[in-house]
Amino acid sequence: MPDNSAIVHGAQESATAANNANGANSAHPEQPSYLRHHFNSTEQQADTSNFAMWLFLLTEVMFFGGLFTAYLIYRNWYYPAFVAGSHQLNVIWGTLNTVVLIASSFTMAMGVWCAETRRRKGLVLSLTLTFVLGLCFLGIKSIEYREKFEKHHVPGAHYSLQSFVDPASDPEIFKEYHDKPLPLDMARHTEIYFSLYFAMTGMHALHMIIGIGILGFMIYRARAGAYTSGHVTFVENFGLYWHFVDIVWIYLFALLYLISRHQ
Amino acid sequence: MNNNNNTIVDLPDQATARIPQPNFISKENGLMSWLLTGDHKRIAILYLISITFFFFIGGALAGLIRLELLTPQADLMATDTYNKVFTMHGIIMIFLFLVPSVPATLGNFLIPMMIGAKDLALPKVNLLSWYLYMAGGILALYAMMTGGVDTGWTFTTPLSTHYVNTNVITTGFAIFVAGFSSIFTGLNFIVTIHKMRAPGMTWFRLPLFVWAHYAASILMVLGTPVLAIAIVLVMLERAFGIGVFDPAKGGDPLLFQHLFWFYSHPAVYIMILPGMGVISEVISTFSRKRVFGYTAVAFSSVAIAVFGFFVWAHHMFIMGISNYAVLVFSLLTMLVAVPSAIKIFNWAFTLYKGSITFETPMLYAFGFMGLFTIGGMTGVFLGASGTDIHLTETYFIVAHFHFVMVGGMLMAFLAGIHFWWPKITGRMYPEKISQLAAVVTFIGFNLTFFPQFILGVLGMPRRYASYPPEFQVLNVFSTAGATILGVGYLLPVLYLIWSLKYGAIAGNNPWQATGLEWQTQSPPLTENFTVMPVMDHEAYDYEWLESQKAKEVASAG
Amino acid sequence: MSHISPTIWQFLVKWLTNFALFPPEASKIAPQMDALFFFMVLVSLIGLTAVVLLVVSFSILYSKKRHPVAVQIEGSTLLEATWTIIPLGLFMVMFVWGALIYFRVYTPPANAMNIYVVGKQWMWKAEHPGGQHEINSLHVPVGHAVQLTLISEDVFHSFSIPAFRVKREAIPGRYTTVWFEATTPGTYHLFCTQYCGTEHSHMIGDVVVLSEEDYRKWLASSTSGNSLAQNGERLFASLSCAACHNARPDARGPSLANVYGSRLALSTGGTVIADDAYLRESILNPSQHITQGYAPIMPTYQGQVSEEGVIALVEYIRHLDSDYRVQQTTNTTDLLPESEGKAAPAAQAPARNGTVKP
Repeated sequence: MPDNSAIVHGAQESATAANNANGANSAHPEQPSYLRHHFNSTEQQADTSNFAMWLFLLTEVMFFGGLFTAYLIYRNWYYPAFVAGSHQLNVIWGTLNTVVLIASSFTMAMGVWCAETRRRKGLVLSLTLTFVLGLCFLGIKSIEYREKFEKHHVPGAHYSLQSFVDPASDPEIFKEYHDKPLPLDMARHTEIYFSLYFAMTGMHALHMIIGIGILGFMIYRARAGAYTSGHVTFVENFGLYWHFVDIVWIYLFALLYLISRHQ
Repeated sequence: MNNNNNTIVDLPDQATARIPQPNFISKENGLMSWLLTGDHKRIAILYLISITFFFFIGGALAGLIRLELLTPQADLMATDTYNKVFTMHGIIMIFLFLVPSVPATLGNFLIPMMIGAKDLALPKVNLLSWYLYMAGGILALYAMMTGGVDTGWTFTTPLSTHYVNTNVITTGFAIFVAGFSSIFTGLNFIVTIHKMRAPGMTWFRLPLFVWAHYAASILMVLGTPVLAIAIVLVMLERAFGIGVFDPAKGGDPLLFQHLFWFYSHPAVYIMILPGMGVISEVISTFSRKRVFGYTAVAFSSVAIAVFGFFVWAHHMFIMGISNYAVLVFSLLTMLVAVPSAIKIFNWAFTLYKGSITFETPMLYAFGFMGLFTIGGMTGVFLGASGTDIHLTETYFIVAHFHFVMVGGMLMAFLAGIHFWWPKITGRMYPEKISQLAAVVTFIGFNLTFFPQFILGVLGMPRRYASYPPEFQVLNVFSTAGATILGVGYLLPVLYLIWSLKYGAIAGNNPWQATGLEWQTQSPPLTENFTVMPVMDHEAYDYEWLESQKAKEVASAG
Repeated sequence: MSHISPTIWQFLVKWLTNFALFPPEASKIAPQMDALFFFMVLVSLIGLTAVVLLVVSFSILYSKKRHPVAVQIEGSTLLEATWTIIPLGLFMVMFVWGALIYFRVYTPPANAMNIYVVGKQWMWKAEHPGGQHEINSLHVPVGHAVQLTLISEDVFHSFSIPAFRVKREAIPGRYTTVWFEATTPGTYHLFCTQYCGTEHSHMIGDVVVLSEEDYRKWLASSTSGNSLAQNGERLFASLSCAACHNARPDARGPSLANVYGSRLALSTGGTVIADDAYLRESILNPSQHITQGYAPIMPTYQGQVSEEGVIALVEYIRHLDSDYRVQQTTNTTDLLPESEGKAAPAAQAPARNGTVKP
C-alpha cells in the first residue's frame, strides 16, 4: 500500500520532534500507575478532572436553579402563606443542621489536606467524621420530615390546612409566633410552600445520600492507602461536590426557614 | 495521484491494499470488550447502532402518522392511539435520535482525533453516557409497550399531570435519564476541547466541527438540568399532587412551559449545531478550500448558543405572557437568525474559486443548505410575533421544524456518516447508489414536508388525527413523499452494511482532507495516533497537505 | 377521458373542487397579516434564490473539471458584513411589522362587544352577553369588533379561526383575550390548536359570520330568556353576595356599582384596575385582592362556582351601575320573576352591549 501510510509518516515525523520538545518538561521517566493512558502527565490529568467537576457543579447549579426560580415566583405571589409555612419549620433543628453541615465541610477540607500531605490515618479519620456528620444531618432531617407527616403537612391528598386557618389549634407554634389565621384561599397556598420545601430539601437530601454513599466507598479505599500516594484528584473533586451540597443547604436554610425574620 | 476530473477520491491499489492491523476494532474481540470499553471510537459505534435502532422505530411511527393522515377521518387508528403514536414519535426522535445523533456518534469518534488526543478526557463517563442513553431508551420503549403515553413530547401541564391516564411517569423518567446522558456527553466534550488539545492546536486552528460541538455542549450542560428538574416536578405532581403546576392549587402551568422551553428551545440548537459542524468540514473538503471566513463561522456557532438561551418564550407568544415580553423575545429570536444566515452565505462562498467535486457527502451538504435556508427563513415567520399568531400550532410549525431537523440535521448526519465512513470502517461506501439515495431523500423530503407549509397556512392544526376534507389533497402528497423518504433512508442502511465486507479499501485519506483524523490509519488505532501529532498549520490548509504529499513522494522515490 | 376509471375520475373531481391553497381573508386584520406574510415569502424566496444561485453557479464555474486548482481565500470582512447587516435589517423590519400586528390583534378597541368562551375537554362553550349559549359554534355579526374573553376549565386549549388569522390560548385559571372584526359573512373553521388530549381533533366547530339583520334574527331566536348579566344577578343573590356588597353604611364589603374599569387601592398598598381578571381573582382568591379599608373576611368561592358562573358574576358586576337593585335583593335568595322587566342595570346591560347598533 504505497499511498496508505504515506501522509501519516510525514505527520508523525514532525510530531515526534515536537513531542520530544514538549515532553522535556512534563514527561517523567516512570509514570505513576494512576496516570490514565490518554493523558500526557499527571498534572494534565488532575487539571482535567478538576475542570470537569466544576462543570458538573455548574449543571447542578442549573438543576437547583429551576427550583429556586419556582420558589422565588411563588414566594412573591403567596408571601403570607410562605411565612406561615416557614413558621412550621423548626429553626433550632435547621440551625443545628447548618452547623452539622458546616462542620462536615470542615472535616472534608481536612480530609483533602490529609490526602495532599499523604496522611493516611488523618484522611480516614476526616472522611469517617464527614460520613458521620452527613448521617447526623439526614437523621435530623428525617425527624423534621416525620413532624410534617404527623401534622399532615405533606402535600397531596391528606394535606391539612388546620394549622393555618386556625393557628391556635397548633399551640406550640402559636405560642412562638402568634400568627393570625390565614383566609382559606391563602392558607391553601401553604401547600405550594410545602411542595417546594419537600422538593428542594428532598433533592438536597438525595445529593447528601449519594455523597454519603461515595464517602463510604472512599473510606474503604482510603484505608488501603489509595489516596495518600499522590493521586488526590478523587478526594479533591469529591470535596468540591460536598462543599457544593453544603452551600445549597445554606441557601435552603435561609430561604425556607428564615422567611420574615428580618422584620 | 488520481487525475480523474470528477472526483477527489484517491484510493490505494485495491490488489495490494489491506485493512491496517491492528486497529481499534480488531484489537479486542468479544461482546464484553465492547460493553466495557473506554475507547471513544467503540462507544461511538455503540451509539451509532443504538441511535439507528431508535431512528427506525421513530421512523416507523412517523409512517403510521402519515398513513393515518391519508384520509380525513380517524380510520386507521383511534384518536388516542394516534396521540400515543405522535407522542412517541416526538420523544424518540428528539431525545433518543436528534440530540445524540451527530454528537454522540461522529462527535464522539472524531473530536479526540481532530484535536490530536488519544481519547475523550473522561472515557468512563463517556461509557456511562451510553449506558444512561440505553437505560433511557429502554425505559421509553417499556413505557410505549405497556400502554404508551399521550401527552405530546412537550408534556404540557396540567394535561400531563392530571388529565391523562398513560405512562407519564415512566416516560418522564426515561427522558430524565437520557438527559443525564446528554449532560455527560456535553461535559466530556467541553473538558476534552479545553484540556486535551495537541501541541500547536490553538483554538483558532480547531476544525469548525469542533467549534460547533463546543457550542452545542455548552447548551447541553446548562440547559438539560433545567429540563431534568421540570420533569421531576411533573413526576412529583403526578405521583403526589404537589400542586406546583396545578392552577387549582395556585400553581402556574405556564411556569412549567418556561422551564421546559428553557431547555427545549436551546435543544434545537443542540440538535442543529453539530450538523452545521459536519457541513463545514464537508464543504471545505469537496471544494478544496479553507472555509470562507473561518472566524465568523466559529463565532456564529457560539453566538447561536448564547442567543439560543434567551429566546425560549417565543414558544408562548399566544399564551398570555405580557406583550412586552413578547417584544423582547421576538427581537432576540430575530437576532438568533442572523448567525445562521452568516453560516449559509459563508458556506456558499467557500465554493467560490474552489475545485468542486460532487461525492455523496457534498450532495447531502447541498441539500442541507437549501432545506436549512427554507427551515431557517420559516423560523423567522414564527419569530415575528404577528405572523406567529396565525401560524403557530399548525402544520406550518410542523413543516418548519422538520425542515430544520430532518432537512437540516438528518441531511447533515447522513453527509457526516458517508464522509467519515471510510475513516470509521476503513472501507468506502458504494458511490453511485449513495448518490441516488441522496437524491431520493431530497425529493422525498420536499414532497413530504413542503405541502405541510401550505396546510399550516390554511390553518390545519398539528396533532389532529382527523381533519376537514379540503386538506386531503395536500396530505396525500405528504404521505406519498413520506414513502419515498422512507426508501431514501433504508437504502443507506443496506449499502453501508454491504460495504463493511465488500467496500473498497479506503486508505488513510481517501478525500484528501486536512483534518488530523485523516492523517492516521483507517480504521484508527485504539490510541488514534502512534505519536502525538503536532499542529503546525491552520485548519483546512490544503497547501500544507500538498507539501506533505510532495515530501512523501520525494522520500519514497 | 374515457380511459380513466370512473372511481379515479370521481376522486379527482372531488379533490379539485375541494382543494384549497390559501385560507379566506374574512377579518379586518387578515389582509394586514397577509401583507406581512407575503413580504416574508418574498424575502425568503429572494434569500433562497440567492443561496441556490450561488451554489449552482459556483458548482458549475468551479467544478474540478473546469477549475482544477482551488484558490485559497481567507474570507472577506466586507462581504461578511454585507450578509450580516442585510439579513439583520430585513429581520428588524419583520420584527417591527410583526410586533405592530401582534399588538393590534391583542389590543381590543374600547367599543368591542364581549363574548366569553370557555374551553373544556373537548368542546368550546360560548356565552353571549344576551344570554345566548353555544357549543362548538360562534355566531358573530359582520363589521363589528368582537372581543373574546377565553378561559379553560381544565387543560390548555387554543381558540383558532384561520380565516380571521387570530388565535389565542385558553388557559386554566386565567382570562386571555383576543378580538377581531369579521368582514365577510360566511361559515369558517374553528379549531382547537393546542393539543388537549384524546379528542383534540374533534374540538372543532364553526364560526358563523352573519349580516346585521341575520344576526339580530339569530339573537332573538337563540335567547334563553335571561341575559348573561341576569344569570349573574341570580347567582349573586343565591350566593348572598349582597349580604356584604350592598353599599349600606354598615356594609362589610365595598360597593360594586361602577367598580368595573375603575382604579382600586388595595390593602396591600398597590392599586389595580378592576378588570375581568381582577374580578375573577377576587371571587376565587379574595384575600389577596382586598380593597383598602375592608377586612379580609370574604370567603373563597373556589369550587363553589363554575367558570360559567364566575363569568356570569363578572358580567353582572361589569354592568352594575347602581346599588338600588342590590339592596332590593339583599334578603332574598332568588330573584323574583316579576322584577325582570324593571329598569334595572342588569336588564339594561344586554341592551347596551349585546345588540347591534346601527
